[in-house]
Amino acid sequence: MTIAHKKPQTEMPKQSIEKRIHNFDEVALGFDEELALEEASRCLNCPKPQCKKGCPVEVPIPEFIQLVKEHRFGEAASKIKEKNALPAVCGRVCPQEEQCQKFCVLGVRGDPVGIGRLERFTSDWERLNVKTKAQKIEQTGGRVAIVGSGPAGLTVAADLAKLGHRVTIFESLHTAGGVLMYGIPQFRLPKEIVQTEVEYVKSLGVELRLDSTVGLLSTIQELKQNGYDAVFIGSGAGLPNFLKIPGENLKGIYSANEFLIRTNLMKAYKFPEYDTPIRVSKKVGVVGAGNVAMDSARCALRLGAERVYIIYRRSRDEMPARAEEAENAEEEGIEFMLLTNPVRFIGNDRGFLEKIECVKQQLSEPDKSGRRRPEPIVGSNFTIEIDTAVVAIGQSPNPIIQQTTEGLEATRHGTIVVNEETMQTSILGVYAGGDVVSGAATVISAMGAGKKAAKAIHEHIMTKKAA
Amino acid sequence: MYGIVRKEQLAPNTKLFEITAPAVAAKSKPGQFVILRIHEKGERFPITIADADPEKGTVTIIFAEVGKSSTQLGKLEVDDAILNFSGPLGNATKIEKFGEILCVGGGVMAGALLYQMKALKKAGNKITAIIGARNKEHLILIEEIRKFSDELYVATDDGSEGKEGIYFLKDILEKKFDQAITIGPTSMQMIVSEMTRPYGIPTTVNLFPIMVDGTGMCGACRVTVGDETRFACVHGPEFDGHKVNYDELISRMRFYNPNEKIAMLLFDGV
Repeated sequence: MTIAHKKPQTEMPKQSIEKRIHNFDEVALGFDEELALEEASRCLNCPKPQCKKGCPVEVPIPEFIQLVKEHRFGEAASKIKEKNALPAVCGRVCPQEEQCQKFCVLGVRGDPVGIGRLERFTSDWERLNVKTKAQKIEQTGGRVAIVGSGPAGLTVAADLAKLGHRVTIFESLHTAGGVLMYGIPQFRLPKEIVQTEVEYVKSLGVELRLDSTVGLLSTIQELKQNGYDAVFIGSGAGLPNFLKIPGENLKGIYSANEFLIRTNLMKAYKFPEYDTPIRVSKKVGVVGAGNVAMDSARCALRLGAERVYIIYRRSRDEMPARAEEAENAEEEGIEFMLLTNPVRFIGNDRGFLEKIECVKQQLSEPDKSGRRRPEPIVGSNFTIEIDTAVVAIGQSPNPIIQQTTEGLEATRHGTIVVNEETMQTSILGVYAGGDVVSGAATVISAMGAGKKAAKAIHEHIMTKKAA
Repeated sequence: MYGIVRKEQLAPNTKLFEITAPAVAAKSKPGQFVILRIHEKGERFPITIADADPEKGTVTIIFAEVGKSSTQLGKLEVDDAILNFSGPLGNATKIEKFGEILCVGGGVMAGALLYQMKALKKAGNKITAIIGARNKEHLILIEEIRKFSDELYVATDDGSEGKEGIYFLKDILEKKFDQAITIGPTSMQMIVSEMTRPYGIPTTVNLFPIMVDGTGMCGACRVTVGDETRFACVHGPEFDGHKVNYDELISRMRFYNPNEKIAMLLFDGV
């Protein structure tokens, strides 16, 4: 076993390409015990583990891997949950290559330990073998209201509930989970798994109120007046951005949000068993090249499209999507049209999308952000026949809370201004984190922000109680 | 779950439900809407609020049974419950003293208009109301609306009651109005806006394009108003009737018609 670490990272089985493009089942199948033990044996259990530096939620990485090595899978899962309430989610959707695994010493000369895959294995093992029980926690008497049940809100809720505060989450939709439910597709993150994580958070004593749009139903001030010692706003990214080019309201053009909400949250891929419809024709163009664009393209394929294009104005190197997601998409037959910028949508006389006109682009010198700015090549316009388009170019914050909360400072982009250390907003006792602060980012960065906020909220309440 | 405490059949295929939802009732204002979901496999769909009683903790909705979801909703009885009832959503109607107001309501939206009229009347406005429907059987709430109208005209598409069609409005517009408000079928709102335009009467329409979440996330409800794309759920549902691109709106509202037909056919088959 001494040379186990020299072996490459253990491969995780996946559904075959031919099969998976016709179903919404999870693509990656996860490790079995044997594969997990094989991968865990590669961990050197370094005296000064570097991996931990890369984890925004401080998962005790070598400690849980050691427990996996010892076949103590349930304990390994509990070990992770000391810090991370959503390990089955993180094991699937975290960009580990940019975080924990980036710092793993094995990565210097070879493959880092597959930490994400082990996290996933551990939490999956727990889900299948251990029943979640309601936990008894000594109460502090503190009460906290959380706006939004996405990754940030669930993290704050779990951390504060563990510390003995009474937590209520207000969720606008009919299901908890936020982007984990409406955004990330079933084949990357099964919804049943998200719900198990939500059940775990509830088992800590967290109360969940659905159908509750804070700002309209109760305002932040009213929550404070109603006895909540602190409020955390984790309402997520909001309004989808559009390209602002002619023809954008033709029939057949979706925002990525709408396309994914229909498909994932409302299960339109099971229409008419489920009531929510979606219309995907034979040729689909997805504008943008982030993870959301890849998710949309791969959903379109599974909804029956014959050709799916990613239309992106920069080159491959600038694509914001995780390399793994772009590879999965490419493997499945998604066609990448790079350095291609849409200039208008063209419809037929009945208002249905028929074509998209694009212009070819070339890259200039790198700009301030380090990315090379694309410039159109004059006269290179061409059209692509598509009957469905998905615009996946990001979102702007939802204005509801900002508009209904007096004294809440926001940037000119509409994101909420916070103290980076405590995540407190311009209002005492009101905290915020996740996409509503950072603009669209990752699940794990939202969870990291939630963790910071939870610490500050705990201190705020305990100081208040002591006074 | 949100219980149904009152059910009334107001007209053929038109039902009124009073629903227990205390938190929603406490905050509801005229012009706002709720999003409902009836069962675990159901879709989310918006209905404009027709009344709210904060003391009783109830919200009233009036709807036409036109597709699968609204037909399923109509089959529920008193003491049944609705799975999800989210609201109030959207911006409330601007209630102030305009002076002379023209209120034009069509079909099931007469209820939502009445809710607005009560508040507008209280604010000291003089109201000329026009209530229309397909035919005599589909006219609803006329007597209640009369109570809040200084003048009331009734109209039907087929002339089976009151005036025939909407074009008689031209004569009424000779009187000076400070504000017009219309709510009802989109085509009716479009015609009313076109008719008030030459008189320079500020006209508010109340739009209900296709929605999914109803909180600004999906952008399905986007409408072109002037040069801008606006979301009916967070920027509306009320807009300047003289600036809306109705052709685009009506076209977009029909996008899922084939799917709805399939759903309805299978539903009838059950």
